[in-house]
Formats: sequence, C-alpha cells, structure tokens
Amino acid sequence: MGTVAAHGLCKSFGKVQALDGVTLDVPDGSFFVVLGPSGAGKTTTLRAIAGLEKLDAGSVHLDGADATGDAPAERDLAMVFQSYALYPRHTVYENIASPLLARRCSSSEIAAAVERMSRLLHIERLLQRRPAQLSGGEMQRVALARALVRSPRAFLMDEPLTNLDLKLRVEMRTELTRIHRSLGATFIYVTNDQVEALSMADQVAVLKEGQVQQVGTPTEVYERPANQWVAGFVGSPPISLLACRAEGDRLVGAQGWTLPRPHWTTAEDGRALLLGLRAEDLSVEQRGHASLSGELYGLEPLGDRTVVDVRVGTEILKVKARPTVTGTPGERLQVTVDLDRAHLFDAGTGLSLPEAGR
Amino acid sequence: MAVSVDEAVSTGPARDRTPPVRRRSGRGRSVLEVALLTVLAVVMLFPVLWMIETSIKENRDVYAVPAEFIGFTVTMEHFKDVFVGPDGGRSALSVAFLNSVLVAGASTVLATLLGVPAAWAYSRFAVKAKKDQLFFILSTRFMPPVVVVIPIFLMYRQVGLIDSKLGLILIYAAYNLPFTIWMMKGFVDEVPAEYEDAAMLDGYTRLQAFRRYTLPLLVPGIAATAVFALIFSWNEFVFAIFLTSSDSVRTAPPAIAGLIGGTTTDWGLVAAASVVFALPVLVFAYLVRKHLIAGVTLGAVRR
Repeated sequence: MGTVAAHGLCKSFGKVQALDGVTLDVPDGSFFVVLGPSGAGKTTTLRAIAGLEKLDAGSVHLDGADATGDAPAERDLAMVFQSYALYPRHTVYENIASPLLARRCSSSEIAAAVERMSRLLHIERLLQRRPAQLSGGEMQRVALARALVRSPRAFLMDEPLTNLDLKLRVEMRTELTRIHRSLGATFIYVTNDQVEALSMADQVAVLKEGQVQQVGTPTEVYERPANQWVAGFVGSPPISLLACRAEGDRLVGAQGWTLPRPHWTTAEDGRALLLGLRAEDLSVEQRGHASLSGELYGLEPLGDRTVVDVRVGTEILKVKARPTVTGTPGERLQVTVDLDRAHLFDAGTGLSLPEAGR
Repeated sequence: MAVSVDEAVSTGPARDRTPPVRRRSGRGRSVLEVALLTVLAVVMLFPVLWMIETSIKENRDVYAVPAEFIGFTVTMEHFKDVFVGPDGGRSALSVAFLNSVLVAGASTVLATLLGVPAAWAYSRFAVKAKKDQLFFILSTRFMPPVVVVIPIFLMYRQVGLIDSKLGLILIYAAYNLPFTIWMMKGFVDEVPAEYEDAAMLDGYTRLQAFRRYTLPLLVPGIAATAVFALIFSWNEFVFAIFLTSSDSVRTAPPAIAGLIGGTTTDWGLVAAASVVFALPVLVFAYLVRKHLIAGVTLGAVRR
C-alpha cells in the first residue's frame, strides 16, 4: 500500500506564502508528478509530505491514517534530494546502507540489499568511494539507491534529474520509469521540466504560487488546460493567446481578424475571451477553411522543425513548420488554424470555458 | 568579531578545490625579503627570547650591565623553583599551574557542551526573534571583565562561590559561551541541513541525525572554537585576581603576577614561570593545527 493524501496544506515563510491550500491525492502505485515553475512551492509540498516542514494548516494522510504531526522517521517514506545530500564522510556503501542501519537490519541483510541495489543501478564499482569522488550522474544513482534500498510507502523525488546533463537526463528518465514499473511503488516526483512531467507521469499536478492549478493525466493537462496559465506553462513553444470575443457565428479578434466560431464553445456573445492556439495546430504550409493573415516576424530553426513567428496586428503567433520553411521578415502570410483543437479562456478570470461536445 | 575569526580558520566551502598558490621556496627568496623577514622576526620575538634567556640565567647575570646576550652561565635552578617549593614539597606556582589546567579545561568543555547544541539550534530552527536573541547573546561580551567584576564579586560572596575553582569555571564558561555560540553557528551554517533531512528520512531521529552526520563534520570547527575559548580562560587575569585569594585556588596568571613586588623580585623565577605558562597553549594549538585549517565539509552537495 502507498496512498498519500495531502489536504489544504498551508505554509508561509515570513511574508511569503509558499503553500496556499495545496490538496493532492496520490493513488497507490502511481507516478505522480508535481509540476511548476521555481518558487511555486513544489519542494515545500514534498517536504511537508515528508514531515520536514511544520505546516501552518492542513493535514497529511498516509495509507488513510493521519500522519500530520509525525516525525519523518515514523512516516516510512524515502526521498531523493535535489542536492542528493550524500553523507560526505561515508562511503557509497555506507550511504546506501544508512536506511537499513537505522532500522537495525543485520549486516548480512544489509550487504545483500546494497549489492542488489548497486547491481540495479550499475554502481558496483563505486561502493568503496566517497561522494566527493563521484560524478554528478554517479551521485544521482547513489542517492536513488539509498532511497530504493528499502520498500517504503512512497518515494519522494525532488528534481532528481535537474543537475544532470541532457543526455544522462534522458537516459535516467527511461530508467526511472522502468524502476517505477518494476517496483509498482508510489512515486511523487517534483520537477519544473514539463517534458519530464509529460513523459513520465500517470498524474500531473500543476502548481503555481502555492496553489494547485490542475490535476490530471499528462494528456488532460496538455489537451484540456484548466486555465490560461496552465496552457501557457505546459507546451513548447508556448501556446499563443489572442484577445477576441464571440459575435454570432464568428470570433472577432481585438486586432481586427475574424474566424468562424468553433462549434464546441458555449461562450455568450460579447464576452471578452482569449483564443489559445498551440504551435502544432497552426500551419503556414497548408490551406484550410479558417485562417489568419499576418506578416513573418522571425524564424527559429530547431533542427527537426522550425518555429515561425507570425505577427497578427501587435500579437505574435508561434507556428510549427517543417525545417525546410523559408521566408523573409515582413512577408505577408496566411496562417491556417485548426479550430477543433483551439482553446478558449475567459479574458478576466483566465479560466477555461465550458465546452459542449468536442 | 566571530565572523572574522571564522573566516580566518575555515578554508571555505569545499567546492573550492583550487590548490593554494604555491609559495616560492626559501632559496627563491630575494636578499631583501630575507633581510626584512629577519628584522621583523627579531623585533617580534625579542621579548620571547629575552624571557627564555632570563629564565636560564643566574640571578647576578640577570642584573648585569651591559646585558649579556651570550656567554652567561646556564642554569635550570629557576625551572626547579617553579615546581619545587623551598621546603622540598610542591611549590605554590605548581599548584597554580594545576589550577589553571583544571579551570581552563573544565570551563572550555562546559562552554563547548552548551554552545555547540545552542549554535546548531540557532542555525537549524526557526526561532522567534532569532537575530535579536543572537545580538543579546553577543552583547553580553560588550563589557570588559573589569566592569562587571565588582557585582560578580558581591554575588559570588552571597552564594559562596568566592575563592573557589568552581566559581572561576562558571564565570569563564559564561564568558566563553557567547563566543562559542557565534563561532559555532558559522560552522553549522556551512554544513547543509539536507544531511540531517536525509538521515531523518532514513529513519533516524533529529538528534541521532545530528550526532551521526552533522557532528563529525563540525569537529574542525569545534577544535578551532575550543582553542580560542581555552586561550581566553588560560590567560584570564582580572576575574582570577579579584575572585580568588588563597594559593590552593589561584590560577597561574595572578600567581605569576604575585611574584613581582615585595623587597626583591626573583626575575629568573618570573621568566621561568612565564615560559612554563606559555607552553601548554602553544603545544595544544600545535596538536590541533590540522583541524584549525581543515575545511568544514568534504562536499557532496551540489549547489
């Protein structure tokens, strides 16, 4: 078993409200990712679940039992720190053995467990070294081994891949997913990298300024963002947002353009809206029934694709195109819009509008 | 104050792995450098040299005019007099030295035992009005001993601590405690709190986490702090002379001072006693020199 439920977590540091009513329900065995920009309260959430922060308000339930006031040792959780926090005076072996030592396991049990872990994470050669003699990737593996060496209720991971170089990060991402599948344990994983979140998670909670914006599967968060902020934060290049309002069967832009009104929207006429368009749902190469005209503002070649910046009035649209696309700034362009995949938000509240039959 | 001392003894964070700039070897030094260093050394060390010379001169050579730098008769009589009394038993000075060892040692241990946990708490926990509390602790050191010695004297007389070793131990510990807390807080701040967090998640209690993983990293800092506390207690004169009077309780500084005065002063004995008095701190500092300059952490935390 390993369910973690945090309800209404509040925590302030001086005048800064780090957590403002964070509620998360982590089901047993899931890979639960907490995603948000730096300063969103991700790490504080994790530390609160671990029992390392004293809460101003809220409760933490582990496997259904109230654990709010419990000491970290009583919660039976394992954590991987962003800094790894390997004990500098101790060897890799002693570092991995530490949780078992604290539980007074016999030395033969410890030896067997450490050996199993070091084989799983390919660090057999490093057991007699000290942390200062390890590379970043090796430290990360040792920190992971120290957490995985026992079977706690849940594993908490605080941006464990942030300090690795890109190639290693991609490798470890796959590795972590594999480990999660083979253990079947509950993982709570904090990151500011949306690629990590979308590729690894069963469930994503998007956090901003100490408040949960949305909880859902990666697809839900990407395809049906709860509000304008989530839409802007998840996805690269970021979603383009255009001010507009509905008028009869048309959408009229603040910059003077018009588009057919999407059939799925329930927005009443005259309400100030924001039209959200993702780069892959726009095209400068194909023709369609809905299009915007603008001028070429800039090209961003990214190897496998090129992002075309198109200026519509004073607003910039980011459009995904083939890497072979060319053009000169100032050139007139037609941008085809896939309105079936567009998003509409209330311009005042930023909330996604209710949809009918998409 | 504590901050500058701290900086002077710690080599800084361990991520700084650049080797120290290699000094040019002795042969590479220019004549001018050697000459200047020699002059400096002679000026700085002359009082020490003179003290050592006087301690091994016979009394008539001590008073010789012009002074004899070399060619006097060497004698160890004065050193014998430091330890052996005129009646063949223990001298009053040797008792004073033992008292000094006891008082300085015990007060340093006491200040360290109280100061290290306090520094850890101030470094790790959210304490209300932490800055004000720390400033208050530091402010108790603003007054020189001579200002507070009369009230202390009166209080000690009331509670019966006057002319006792325990009284001196307590006042020295109280005087060293603010310094210990401030200096140790700097060292504790250098050790990432994450080691303790990690240990608590491993299944240790907070105190076990401190003892197992933080305390060993603080040993260099504790050694450095203890040396400073020890030097203060060892050299302290004002409290000692006001609060103690009998030979069985007196520490070395007032005892040596007591040798001067009267009709004649045995300068050889004064010098020999001073040499003996200066040695322990030198030896102790030499023994812990490695800790004094060692870094605080070996570095396994990426920042």
